[in-house]
Amino acid sequence: MDTTTSSRAIPQKSLADHFEDWLPKLVISPTFLAAIFFVYGYIIWTAWLSLTKSRMLPKYDIEGFFQYGKLWTNDRWLVALTNLGIYGTLFIGICLGIGLLIAILLDQRIRAEGALRTIYLYPMALSFIVTGTAWKWILNPGLGLEKLVREMGFENFTFGWLTDSDMAIYTVVIAGVWQSAGFVIALFLSGLRGVDDSIIKAAQVDGASLPRIYWSIIIPSLRPVFFSTLMILGHIAIKSFDLIMALTGGGPGYATDVPATFMYTYTFTRNQIGFGSASAMVMLGGVLAIVIPYLYSELRKPR
Amino acid sequence: MILNTLKKASLAALATGVLSFTASAGEVEVLHWWTSGGEAKSVAVLKQLLEKDGHTWKDFAVAGGGGESAMTVLKSRVVSGKPPTAAQIKGPSIQEWGDEGVVANLDSVANAAGWDELLPKVVSDVMKYDGNYVAVPVNVHRVNWMWVNPEVFEKAGAKIPSTWDGFVEAAEKIKAAGFIPVAHGGQAWQDSTTFESLALAIGGSQFYNDAFVKLDPKALNSPTMVKVFEALRTVKKYTDKDAPGRDWNLATAMVIQGKAAMQFMGDWAKGEFTAAGKKPGTDYICMAFPGTRGKFTFNIDSFVMFDVGGGDAKKAQDAMARTIMEPKFQEIFNLNKGSIPARLNMPRDKFDICAHQSMDEFVGSSKTGDLVPSMAHGMSTFAAVQGAIYDTVTAFYNSDMSAQEAAQKLVSAVQSSM
Repeated sequence: MDTTTSSRAIPQKSLADHFEDWLPKLVISPTFLAAIFFVYGYIIWTAWLSLTKSRMLPKYDIEGFFQYGKLWTNDRWLVALTNLGIYGTLFIGICLGIGLLIAILLDQRIRAEGALRTIYLYPMALSFIVTGTAWKWILNPGLGLEKLVREMGFENFTFGWLTDSDMAIYTVVIAGVWQSAGFVIALFLSGLRGVDDSIIKAAQVDGASLPRIYWSIIIPSLRPVFFSTLMILGHIAIKSFDLIMALTGGGPGYATDVPATFMYTYTFTRNQIGFGSASAMVMLGGVLAIVIPYLYSELRKPR
Repeated sequence: MILNTLKKASLAALATGVLSFTASAGEVEVLHWWTSGGEAKSVAVLKQLLEKDGHTWKDFAVAGGGGESAMTVLKSRVVSGKPPTAAQIKGPSIQEWGDEGVVANLDSVANAAGWDELLPKVVSDVMKYDGNYVAVPVNVHRVNWMWVNPEVFEKAGAKIPSTWDGFVEAAEKIKAAGFIPVAHGGQAWQDSTTFESLALAIGGSQFYNDAFVKLDPKALNSPTMVKVFEALRTVKKYTDKDAPGRDWNLATAMVIQGKAAMQFMGDWAKGEFTAAGKKPGTDYICMAFPGTRGKFTFNIDSFVMFDVGGGDAKKAQDAMARTIMEPKFQEIFNLNKGSIPARLNMPRDKFDICAHQSMDEFVGSSKTGDLVPSMAHGMSTFAAVQGAIYDTVTAFYNSDMSAQEAAQKLVSAVQSSM
């Protein structure tokens, strides 16, 4: 009885060992292959198409970089880039500012912190489409804020940014910040919690004031949090598509067009696949400009 | 599920391998984006008629706006070598698909039924590639309509305008009376819809064709075009400030509710009035855009037939093409959709007065050369050029760019998109 079980147990164990060895690789390999194919494969495909004269259907005869040249003479592309600049800078800047400030305030061992944290984080649970649609109604002069304030008795109050070509891009910033600030608060809060209490106590013993402690000790120690937040927000900003589609539809006119909506419009609605691909490659360049320095700084550390 | 498909597949293999000559009915797979209420009903009619003939209908509906998602799906299907039987494609895009060499030849059906006599030449030209029929028209929308709430005009003491000058006069009175003269939705295609009607009213059909069909730089940047842009800015003066981004049907609702006096929109707007229980001629009035009486900008939906090889599939395809052009389908479909039949000389007693007016002007304008393709709805140019015109028009509409500058930009935008 004993011998049979043990003799059976030996091959079983080695089989299980084998299996254990292979399982992770086996589980990961489909995802890995899919990522190689669907992400990098299509990046290469898009790069190829951007060098061709593809219009309605893909064509594969390489014609050079003329689509890129055309891109930089296109008014709408320049508007899209300017908008991305305005939106990206303000969105990231304000999110970081508000996020850090509120995280520091929340960190003061206040009452009902859990509830407050949930309230701030909650917009993150909504999709950008919902955020965009809700803010579209709130900011519409005839429906939302303007009408409300006027009905409260301030007859001359105007807030028509959403329908003003010059100001509409800032409404996108408002909605984007509303959506993402909570997430940034959460990131900073966890960062603040990770700061070693003993350093702070030592600073207090040395007689440093509270603002001084924050400015010289705590905030510098949040450097990695700043980096990952910047990275995540940068991504969100560059690929913004749904928020703009829901909030302004790229309008008035194309005043709130960004590279993502530009790419979609040209590739999928105007039968200019080659031209659209060129704009997609420029966007990829933008993402890489953020990712590569980040990766560099991260990968350098362990050495 | 899998077993079922397997069974089906093996049966199909059997059928093609052994019994290919016995069956007479095939399957049609139809890609379209008519998924909302009245439109879906219209498609169901075609399905019933084909099923009565013994063919199988495989619905391939891809919902989403102006068919952008449907077109993306279609491209992938064609690239992979398995096009559907037919797809909802219109205007010059038919030529683009023809260039790809994937469309079917429908001449045998067309000659048997005499399509050349049934369709105005302007229309049949759109349906042909290289002289052969490759597409079938299902309807004709007129774009240069004005939808009027007569009550608002009455309250404001204004006369319903039939000329451009009359429009300005009426709009002033309506504005003074506290109503919104023009219900507009500030979206690129709506801006361009108004823009092309103005071009037709101010420049006439010859100018319209030179500018939007031939894309002649001399017409695109001309004193007439400057006038058209100026007129567009005048129209903007009479819209409300909440217009940007508004959907067209919400603008129609403003006319229905009596908040606004008129809307410039194609005849699909009629569906909104009908759904609100309003009667044409009394509750609302349909008129040609001021200054375009007797002229007609058309927007024709059509099905392009793809090369499906021979045999049953081709037979079913021919049957579909034939059925679409038959009076029975044209009548039911267009009654549901608010448009008019593409086929001439049909019984018209079931249509309302707006449709009658549209039919009369369709025939009339086809004789005088005033039947022109709608630029704003992709009937006059390729999508890339249309997009370039959209961009210029909407950039002008939403900024304080001068009309001269807009006309210059129009030329450069059109040329760089070609």
